[in-house]
Amino acid sequence: MPLSKKIRELQEKREKILLGGGEQAIEKQKAMGKRTARERIMALLDEDSFTEYDLFVEHDARDFDMDKKSLPSDGVIIGSGTIYGAPVAIFAQDFTVAGGSLGLMHSRKITKIMDHALKMKMPLIGINDSGGARIQEGVNSLAGYGEIFFRNTISSGVIPQLSVILGPCAGGAVYSPALTDFVFVVDNISKMFITGPEVIKTVLGEEISMEDLGGARVHSETTGNAHFFSSSEEECFDQIKKLITFIPWNNQHKAKMFEPGEPKTELNIEKIVPDDPTMPYDVKDVIRAVVDNSDFFEIMENYAKNIVIGFGRMGGRTTGFVANQPLEMAGVLDVDSSDKAARFIRYCDAFNIPIITFVDVPGYLPGVDQEHAGVIRHGAKVLYAYSEATVPKITVIIRKAYGGGYIAMSSRHLRADFVFAWPSAEIAVMGPEGAANIIFRKEIMSSEDPDFMRKQKVEEYKAKFANPYVAASRGYVDAVIVPAETRRFLLHSISVSENKDIQTPHKKHGIPPF
Amino acid sequence: MKNDENMGVLNIDTTLYKTKISKKFKSRKPYKAIDPKLILSYIPGTVLDILVREGKEVNNGDELMILDAMKMQNKLKSITDGRIKKIFVKKGDKVSKGTVLLEME
Repeated sequence: MPLSKKIRELQEKREKILLGGGEQAIEKQKAMGKRTARERIMALLDEDSFTEYDLFVEHDARDFDMDKKSLPSDGVIIGSGTIYGAPVAIFAQDFTVAGGSLGLMHSRKITKIMDHALKMKMPLIGINDSGGARIQEGVNSLAGYGEIFFRNTISSGVIPQLSVILGPCAGGAVYSPALTDFVFVVDNISKMFITGPEVIKTVLGEEISMEDLGGARVHSETTGNAHFFSSSEEECFDQIKKLITFIPWNNQHKAKMFEPGEPKTELNIEKIVPDDPTMPYDVKDVIRAVVDNSDFFEIMENYAKNIVIGFGRMGGRTTGFVANQPLEMAGVLDVDSSDKAARFIRYCDAFNIPIITFVDVPGYLPGVDQEHAGVIRHGAKVLYAYSEATVPKITVIIRKAYGGGYIAMSSRHLRADFVFAWPSAEIAVMGPEGAANIIFRKEIMSSEDPDFMRKQKVEEYKAKFANPYVAASRGYVDAVIVPAETRRFLLHSISVSENKDIQTPHKKHGIPPF
Repeated sequence: MKNDENMGVLNIDTTLYKTKISKKFKSRKPYKAIDPKLILSYIPGTVLDILVREGKEVNNGDELMILDAMKMQNKLKSITDGRIKKIFVKKGDKVSKGTVLLEME
């Protein structure tokens, strides 16, 4: 056979496979508001950058009439390409082929691209759209999941791993996204749960819709499983592309530098924060007032809103921001916010991203539910994450920094490299009211006018301790700064920390309070 | 921002903070101490068998009920000596977690 004919034969084979599950299945997919797996890859990656592997892979299952079924590419597309020039490895499950179900060869394709990403030290993006295990393939399908989870874990902290949920992702399948760094969900398209509504109804008699059980909103607001929420696949891809610009290719690299730009001038940093420490404001305005181009890319925007996390750039260098949010639940630390912050700190540390922390924290949320939910062990995660992190750590105390909250929020004592405080900072063992009630209990109780005496003692305490100067006199605060100087001090700190290098005792790994 | 319907006041260490109150905080359940006289389902499931009648005297550790859950027949035992005051479920009932199954006197 002449080569030209062989080439034509190849092209014909390709074309047949490229149709995936066929026109009918594609129509169904579109009717659900979803793109096909291949369209998704093309929309996400730079134009013409995608190179596909394993197009011709087929299953060899025999039981339950599987030998009569041909599943193009075994229901998953793998390959690599670029996003804004950054190399990425990608897999996308094809729901039009046997519902994207995961059989042995399907899983081998996924693990092949995972191995490739880890070897070539580039980010991995997984697009999940699958009905789950391919039941006909039995334990081979389970083996496939296990092999994926193992690689997710081994790659964790070495290469960035992003999971995009663009369809169902149920049962054991959910654990791959859960092991990765960032999970993206889209309203009305993403569905994640261990046990579906039908089983819950049969076994427990509880009725719940798929959306209320494991839809995009639930995972963004209630469970904390998802990091990015969007209303369309297009918006979701924009988020992924933006995230890729902020993170390095692997843990031996730093994120790409960008041309720095000044924050918007209309954000007057001194006007954002009210004098009264019990009054709210949006701490994101403070971040936007100091970050390059006022461009702050928030993560987990709708979960545990009392703490804010996300990326921005300082002088062109990617920086992670952690900030108490006085606007939400007074900015307290609690079970969920501790969990959210600690994981982000560890992400930044793993990928050489400096951390800037803005502190305005009244302490921990009181309550039986918090205590019984394990606020001790969850709160400890923040201490652990900050202490363990060796990336540059810069702290700005805006107003309150009380008690355990002060220690936890990247204090000098957990080895912050720079601690700055605004003149409005109150660094104290607790709030003035609480402290006065304890210290001056006798004077207040025995006074003829206890309320007047309490007020007087509160003022006395405020004058003495509710300021940054006691901490500054011990060197716990490096400089008390005018708010308008904040960006300058932060830029200086980031730039002198460029070559920070500290040694920690050798260990296999620590035992964080998971 | 100041007129948000979720705006409220949160008391931390006797200081009152003006702030938004989360749904989760608003809907938290007040703590109730465990009552040894009430037998609750500790796992959702189906009542497979009831081994006692109302009025029967039982001892600490006696089996009261079998709850079928997670493919397991779970034995529910009394944690006090006493008489069965009331049984709230019947054979075959599906119960969610925390349902009161039986009350002791």
